[in-house]
Amino acid sequence: MSRHTHSKRIEGLDKNVWVAFTSLAADPSVVNLGQGFPDIPPPSYIKQALAEAASVDKMNQYTRGFGHPSLVKALSQVYGTVCGRQIDPFKEILVTVGGYGSLFSCMQGLVEVGDEVIIIEPFFDCYVPMVRMAGAKPVLIPLRCFHADWYLDPDELSSKFNSKTKAIIINTPNNPIGKVFTRDELQMIADLCIKHDTLCFSDEVYEWLIYRGHEHIKIATLPGMWDRTITIGSAGKTFSVTGWKLGWSVGPEHLIKHLQTVMQNTLYTCATPLQEAVAQGLLRNFEMMGQPECYFTSLAEELEGKRNRMAAIVEDVGMTPVIPEGGYFMLVDVTSLNQDLSHVVGDDDEAYDYKFVKWMVKEKKLAAIPVTAFVGDESKKEFEKYIRLCFIKQDSTLAAAEEILKSWKKV
Amino acid sequence: MGLIRNLARSSTVIRQILIRNNHKIIMARQLHASRTDGVDKNVWVEFTQLAADYKAVNLGQGFPDFSPPKFIQEAFCKAVSGGPIMHQYTRAFGHPPLVRSLAKFFSRIVGHEIDPLEDILVTVGAYQALFCAFQALVNEGDEVIIVEPFFDCYQPMVKMAGGKAVYVPLRPKAASGAVLSSGDWVLSAEELASKFTPRTKAVVINTPNNPIGKVYKTEELQMIADLCIKHDALCISDEVYEWLTYDGAKHVKIASLPGMWERTITVGSAGKTFSATGWKVGWAISSGHIVKHMKTIHQNTVYHCATAAQEAVAQGFEREYEVFGSPESYFQQLPAMLQLKRNKLASCLESVGLQPIMPQGGYFITADISSVKVDYNDQSSVDEPNDFRFVKWLTKEKGLAAIPVSAFYSPEHSKEFDKYIRFCFVKVNEMQFMTLNLILIRFSFLFLIVLLYDSPSTQTLSFS
Repeated sequence: MSRHTHSKRIEGLDKNVWVAFTSLAADPSVVNLGQGFPDIPPPSYIKQALAEAASVDKMNQYTRGFGHPSLVKALSQVYGTVCGRQIDPFKEILVTVGGYGSLFSCMQGLVEVGDEVIIIEPFFDCYVPMVRMAGAKPVLIPLRCFHADWYLDPDELSSKFNSKTKAIIINTPNNPIGKVFTRDELQMIADLCIKHDTLCFSDEVYEWLIYRGHEHIKIATLPGMWDRTITIGSAGKTFSVTGWKLGWSVGPEHLIKHLQTVMQNTLYTCATPLQEAVAQGLLRNFEMMGQPECYFTSLAEELEGKRNRMAAIVEDVGMTPVIPEGGYFMLVDVTSLNQDLSHVVGDDDEAYDYKFVKWMVKEKKLAAIPVTAFVGDESKKEFEKYIRLCFIKQDSTLAAAEEILKSWKKV
Repeated sequence: MGLIRNLARSSTVIRQILIRNNHKIIMARQLHASRTDGVDKNVWVEFTQLAADYKAVNLGQGFPDFSPPKFIQEAFCKAVSGGPIMHQYTRAFGHPPLVRSLAKFFSRIVGHEIDPLEDILVTVGAYQALFCAFQALVNEGDEVIIVEPFFDCYQPMVKMAGGKAVYVPLRPKAASGAVLSSGDWVLSAEELASKFTPRTKAVVINTPNNPIGKVYKTEELQMIADLCIKHDALCISDEVYEWLTYDGAKHVKIASLPGMWERTITVGSAGKTFSATGWKVGWAISSGHIVKHMKTIHQNTVYHCATAAQEAVAQGFEREYEVFGSPESYFQQLPAMLQLKRNKLASCLESVGLQPIMPQGGYFITADISSVKVDYNDQSSVDEPNDFRFVKWLTKEKGLAAIPVSAFYSPEHSKEFDKYIRFCFVKVNEMQFMTLNLILIRFSFLFLIVLLYDSPSTQTLSFS
């Protein structure tokens, strides 16, 4: 059996924060603010659309590989309007298995050995292993914090670009911090992409979850950027149906075609009835875009309330929240709790936040995600005081979390 | 005035062209990753588009034109209207009810206690299970033996993983006059043995086979198993059509042979099992030490599979477990129904001079087109293999779509096999069959005319 070793491409990629922490949080007595999925129900019309789609014979069979026609047409309408340009549904869109699948298709289609890919910390944890699986080198740059403002240092960013840089990955709104990049910040990134002739993979899965005072800008709409940007979206995050695993890549034909090649050699096509239902959901909300009844607006409204409630609960206990501008996560600085974790069993070099979260799940029955899972080794020291809480949860879940945190304060 | 206006207008035009060109001049170096070189062509994309464009009766792509069985549709509806958790992420490597029901169901068949959490990976269709297997196990320079004709994705997947495909064809035993059966297509033991080298990482088999429908017998699998064990190679066994066997042919799992569990990856499909190809739920079952590497690939590609469909498939297997082997089992009813469709299509094809190879299993019937000579009148396809040209002509001129079988062969052997085309018979839409009959009657009507006027010494039929 000595010959049955794994391929080199997965060397060192087996560890995964979710595998470790989702099983810890699976205990039903634990209040789970860890993994990012809603425990609020999705809109009923979307479930209805799925039930209806599944009742049509041909909706249970294969559809077009690169995306079910009604879905890519709906996406073309929505994003065509948002971007202010004509988007070809068949050549400039690829439907994938979640935003995750789009990221994968980008890496496999456009990144290879010898390439460097710039990743901004903290980053959604899959970016680094995906870049490595594609044989390329991740180049990290941290967001720095100054008076609660998280920013990229322009000189530092500029220094990361070189002739090997194939792409930069941005995520706006950012997971886990919730930063929404401003037009100026995106322009700075765009200028560097154009100067160094690199691609941009823009993960915008939380694009509709923007809070008051902020605006979601698509880097692909800045001059010179459409031709070099892939923009990634997610039905799961858009419609609170993470278990549907549908996402999409939007970009110019000369890039999308390579992602399509990857698709046809990996899983070929995505599930049909799910795509039909998402198409219905998009068309329905497209009619109402900009109005309060539009789910893209109403969900953000609902989440802003939850965000504020979560922040207040956390502050009340003496922890410091990082108020997100978008998305459904909140970083919480646990320093002021001064929690002694020397007794927690674990590796010596395990970061503080990992120990903290393990201890918190066990002792306080509250689950979160350690933020150093989202940064490289060199930035661990800066970020190990933070844990990530997910607030797209029912009021009763937030209330349960509040109970736990209140009683914590008393001890 | 006019001159200035003209000059102003032309300079605007020049400026616009420059701006347009500036947008277009990106990436002086290569954009795409080299792993996508040579894997961009795809027979399905081309031929399904053609069938759609010409509104042909589509017996090309392999999917049923009928709905999944009621019990599974109900299971899906139940899942969809279930609690919120049905619409959120489930366990990444497979929804617990599904992996448990798969383990329970298949342990009995394979003769090995399958661990639901360690030995199974649920994937987006069998397609993704194959992808995970190749990516997890094949390195640059590894050789992978592929038995031809092969489901076309194996070759580009091996290539994308940096491996080298080594081909060995099934060949028809010489059968004088009798209608060939897929059982008459066999591997030469010597030829297969000669393909193994120290670099051989795996052998890929597909039983029942797509496109010809061969159902490998135990002795044939034993021959392959012996070589795998001797050379310490893995076996990737694509068994998506495992329940569709005809004329009493028995599906045998190579993983159940001695010494094979620990080196075989068995791939299955809910789409083919429950006639729900659009659900894209598949799985790989193997020894935990192999599945763990496939999990690493999976967690870095799509991570999770859709929850509701997995829940429904789990219910489907629970139901089938209870009625296994009995007449209520879908796994009895479906092949019984399809056997009749197979026979019907086979006689249609025979009646117009297309010689079918009777499949022992699967969704497809291949037909030998050699006795039909066509004047193609199509310059655009002149460099293509004969079966590609024939299918394009059949689609465009006769409104009937099929798939050319040389697409399932390696470049080195495709010339030998460019006289076969593949039809899918998993169709119950009577209108389709009626239309098909009409097309074929028109065919044979022309054939009669030609026969009347042609020289009695020639056997070939000419169409234009």
